[in-house]
Amino acid sequence: MCEHCGCGLPGAEPVTISDHHHEHEHEHEHAHSHDHDHPHEHSHGHEHDESAAAGEERRTIEVRRAILEKNNLLAERHRGFFRARGLLVLNILSSPGSGKTTLIEETIRRLESRLKTGVIVGDLATDNDARRLRASGAPVVQINTGTVCHLDSQMVGGALKQLDLTGLQLLIIENVGNLVCPASYDLGEDLRVVLLSVTDGEDKPLKYPPIFQSANAAVISKLDLAEACDFNRDMALANLRRLAPAAEVFELSAKTGQGMEAWCDYVLQQHQAAKTRDPLSV
Amino acid sequence: MHELSIMQGALNQALCEARQSGARRIHEIHLRIGVLSGVVPDALQFAFEAIAAGTPAEGAALTIENVPARFWCAACEREFEAANFFAECPGCHACGGELRAGRELELTSVVID
Repeated sequence: MCEHCGCGLPGAEPVTISDHHHEHEHEHEHAHSHDHDHPHEHSHGHEHDESAAAGEERRTIEVRRAILEKNNLLAERHRGFFRARGLLVLNILSSPGSGKTTLIEETIRRLESRLKTGVIVGDLATDNDARRLRASGAPVVQINTGTVCHLDSQMVGGALKQLDLTGLQLLIIENVGNLVCPASYDLGEDLRVVLLSVTDGEDKPLKYPPIFQSANAAVISKLDLAEACDFNRDMALANLRRLAPAAEVFELSAKTGQGMEAWCDYVLQQHQAAKTRDPLSV
Repeated sequence: MHELSIMQGALNQALCEARQSGARRIHEIHLRIGVLSGVVPDALQFAFEAIAAGTPAEGAALTIENVPARFWCAACEREFEAANFFAECPGCHACGGELRAGRELELTSVVID
């Protein structure tokens, strides 16, 4: 696969373009405040002289390819790989601090004798989460993205090479804490699980529509703190229903154990369904 | 969203296409961006100007076609357009229609010589 755009053809060394995995200049993005909600008219770039110079013959190449095609193709390749191994794969998404790692820790602990689980966890820096998760006995690989705000399939592919997949039945991918960018990157998962902690506020789904709309399951976490936060449960559920009416909703506290059984049963059920599914089905 | 890396991806694809066609220069790059893609056209334009410098696409015109969002209401068996994710079917006012268009991030064509 061409490493620059994901097409199937080999390429010669191109002009200098900084590899986006290593050099990030995010600073100027944040200098602008953008309103994401209003549709834009055509925006044209530079004015340019249409008159052809001597010997210049312009032609149009129809491309019609997704810009994120490279990621999408790799994600599908991984998806096929996971299915062939009967592996159930979860992509866990949320704001930073909503309880992803704790949920995963507790899930592994409770499913220990029933589902062999491995974890790939993404953070900008540190291996704190990997260390915590390893204490549960599961094989864990930490991805440090540097400055990249989401996991993509290329990173997951790299982590898979380091993960001992022997006998694994469940793979949990803990994404970078971010409610915006991870939504656009298919990781080859079976299920997208989006966490909303009671401390996040019941209107989060309305503020971050794309990620909640893509959820197969929504988890309201840190239930033990609901009263202290004056969490409006009805409103949160209504908002989740509005964005993702088909998503399974779980309310739990990984800390106290409340609601964890229903969540673990769901994971087991999904694994059963994955086992009996035809790996070649679309 | 990080329009810089999205634009970098599009530029890489355009340069790859140009190289395969034996082109000297890219004069135009055409994108289709869905209104619900999370990507802001102005930010893409800004990013393009920054990264096209020094490449065969330097000075090229970047044209962005905005793709409206279209949802499918299974109950009413109809498609409808909407400006955001909270689209209500004009027929039955239910939310949660299937999104059929509006999240595109597409490199549509390049004009080269």
